Amino acid sequence: MNIIVLMKMVPDVVEPLEIAEDGKNLDKEAIRMMASESSEHALEQALILKDSVGAEVTVAAIEAPELDDALFSASAKGAVRVIKITPEQDGLRADISASVLKEFIKQECGSPGSDTLIFTGSQAIDDLQGELGPTLAEQLGLPFIGVVTSIKPVEGEEGKVTAIKEYSGGLRGEYEVALPAVVGIQAAEQPSRYVPFAKIRAAMKSGSIESTEITPEVEGRGVEIARMYVPEVTGRAEMIEGDPETVAARLIEIFKQNGILG
Amino acid sequence: MITKPSELTGSEYIKEEGLTCQLDTGIDNIFDTEEGRKILSCIQCGTCVGTCPYGEHMEYPPRRIIRMLRGGMIDEIFTTDSLLKCVACYACMVKCPRGIRLSDVLLPIVKEQTLANLKQIPAELQSSLQNTLRYGNPMGESSRRRVNWIKSSPSPVPVMSEIKRPVDVLWFVECYTSYYSRGQDNSKALARLMNALGIDFAVLGNEEKCAGDCGQLTWESGLFETLTDYNMEIFRKYKFNRIITGDTHAFNAFRIRYPLYGFDYKVEHTTPFIARYLDQLKPKLKKKLDYTVTYHDACCLGRRAGFYEEGRELLKAIPGVNLVEMTHNRTNSICCGGGGGGMWLDTYFKEKGMERLSERRIKEAIATGADVLAVSCPYEIYRFEDALKTVDHDKPMIVRDVVELLAESLEETDDER
Repeated sequence: MNIIVLMKMVPDVVEPLEIAEDGKNLDKEAIRMMASESSEHALEQALILKDSVGAEVTVAAIEAPELDDALFSASAKGAVRVIKITPEQDGLRADISASVLKEFIKQECGSPGSDTLIFTGSQAIDDLQGELGPTLAEQLGLPFIGVVTSIKPVEGEEGKVTAIKEYSGGLRGEYEVALPAVVGIQAAEQPSRYVPFAKIRAAMKSGSIESTEITPEVEGRGVEIARMYVPEVTGRAEMIEGDPETVAARLIEIFKQNGILG
Repeated sequence: MITKPSELTGSEYIKEEGLTCQLDTGIDNIFDTEEGRKILSCIQCGTCVGTCPYGEHMEYPPRRIIRMLRGGMIDEIFTTDSLLKCVACYACMVKCPRGIRLSDVLLPIVKEQTLANLKQIPAELQSSLQNTLRYGNPMGESSRRRVNWIKSSPSPVPVMSEIKRPVDVLWFVECYTSYYSRGQDNSKALARLMNALGIDFAVLGNEEKCAGDCGQLTWESGLFETLTDYNMEIFRKYKFNRIITGDTHAFNAFRIRYPLYGFDYKVEHTTPFIARYLDQLKPKLKKKLDYTVTYHDACCLGRRAGFYEEGRELLKAIPGVNLVEMTHNRTNSICCGGGGGGMWLDTYFKEKGMERLSERRIKEAIATGADVLAVSCPYEIYRFEDALKTVDHDKPMIVRDVVELLAESLEETDDER
């Protein structure tokens, strides 16, 4: 089996976020980037398949700050090839990212074979609607299944996998998927594995990141960001100050006013 | 009575302690080292197992590890989780009649291999290691907010990059004391004490990252080396006469491991550091605290470094304080369970049906009838405050760092009024 994990770099929300001067993007100088959580799950699910049934795992991502760290970590975990797609571009919409990744897949596999699975993260903090996976599948003319939490080959049938897809309300669906296919991973069957930092350092020393250049076809479709801004303060918050007794007394007063306490 | 010199440089620590191991000491070459030859002299008395707080839960406690190592069967141990239960309390090492430095050399090497062989590292430990690598602190807080606590400190806290001049004391604040509110109480108390004593100090601010002691002792050696390289680089940027830290684990790392990377600054833990100012401090301790206090010896400060009396002398200097001892004290103190990665293994230990050591210890503190459990390590505030939530006790008890109690007793200056 041949698994291509398309990793997505997103802003690290642990660090303070700042808006760029144009008011439409985050200030790249002020933020840090990291692999999106569902991308990490996509990688883990690929590695689980590698361990259980044998698969060659390739990880690729569009250039972004701190991408090298994420790729070296993927390499240390067991990805055979790690590839960055240059050049770096600001504020790529999902449809444009998908067109870059489509070109990459074509470059890599020509026409993907019946042993190929393409994993993306189901969502990302800058792609909450999860557009990337289905748009890529559409552009490649491949089937897509998203919000997947488990994937296994169908025994005795080449070129088919069983995927578990999550629905709201605790429902799950089991699907048989013919390969090649694009799969949006929501969560891997187990948490992402830990890789000792010594192994990441070894991967860094071997300098094994490949690079390929793909220029996106920019078209005027899709939604544009008109304005990016921090939530506006409405002034309805009350800061309660004083010693614990005073604060507690005021809280009880508020609870009573709002019918929480009788 | 305090007799031990409390401030040594990295190379003086090496001289005092002997070189515990070389940087490249591993399981394959351990017998080529002086320490390895000591391991060969083990008499299999089992003192290490008996004194280990979790010995009964280990399939391979230290005595058996040595037996397996000498029998050429050490690999079997790596497939068990025995060493994950080592909280690096140094009890086995201090009590060993043959002077084998188990906690310094052999056990961490075994722990590293144990972690490398685990299919899945316990989730809390894993995220603490990943956070430390990415953000420089185990809790996963922003590295750019590390110094924010000083904004709410009533006493001024200068930052090296802002004052742009040499200082006498570089204060390495560390993680829990930078980010968590009870830890910040501890930091603010120390800032107040140092200002009252007229000490010329500054902090590294957002340039500081975790010293890496628990990374080292859980033997994530790559992570530890990354942090060491980084912090050494930052130290070289500034001029100062000495480093102090209130975190016993950072103190441990600076004393034991950093010297192997060329660290040669004078370094001291804040408890013995403030104890050196006792004569100057005593007249300023005006407020009477009518507390009965019992003192917990932190493993890295007490058993590992021999500073047992400094905390006690400071407490006795506070007017009104009545100091009482727990059954296990000084060398025999029971670990809070936070060392060696234990801080992030509570859930794992609970799953294994193991008692939390902080609960075992708090029962002894409660039995003394004390109002206050005094500590000298930032981990202990959380561990013991949590333990007090789950262990029955009739009389209220609070947990305070020694410096917090000193600051509480300190007379107010004109500025503070």
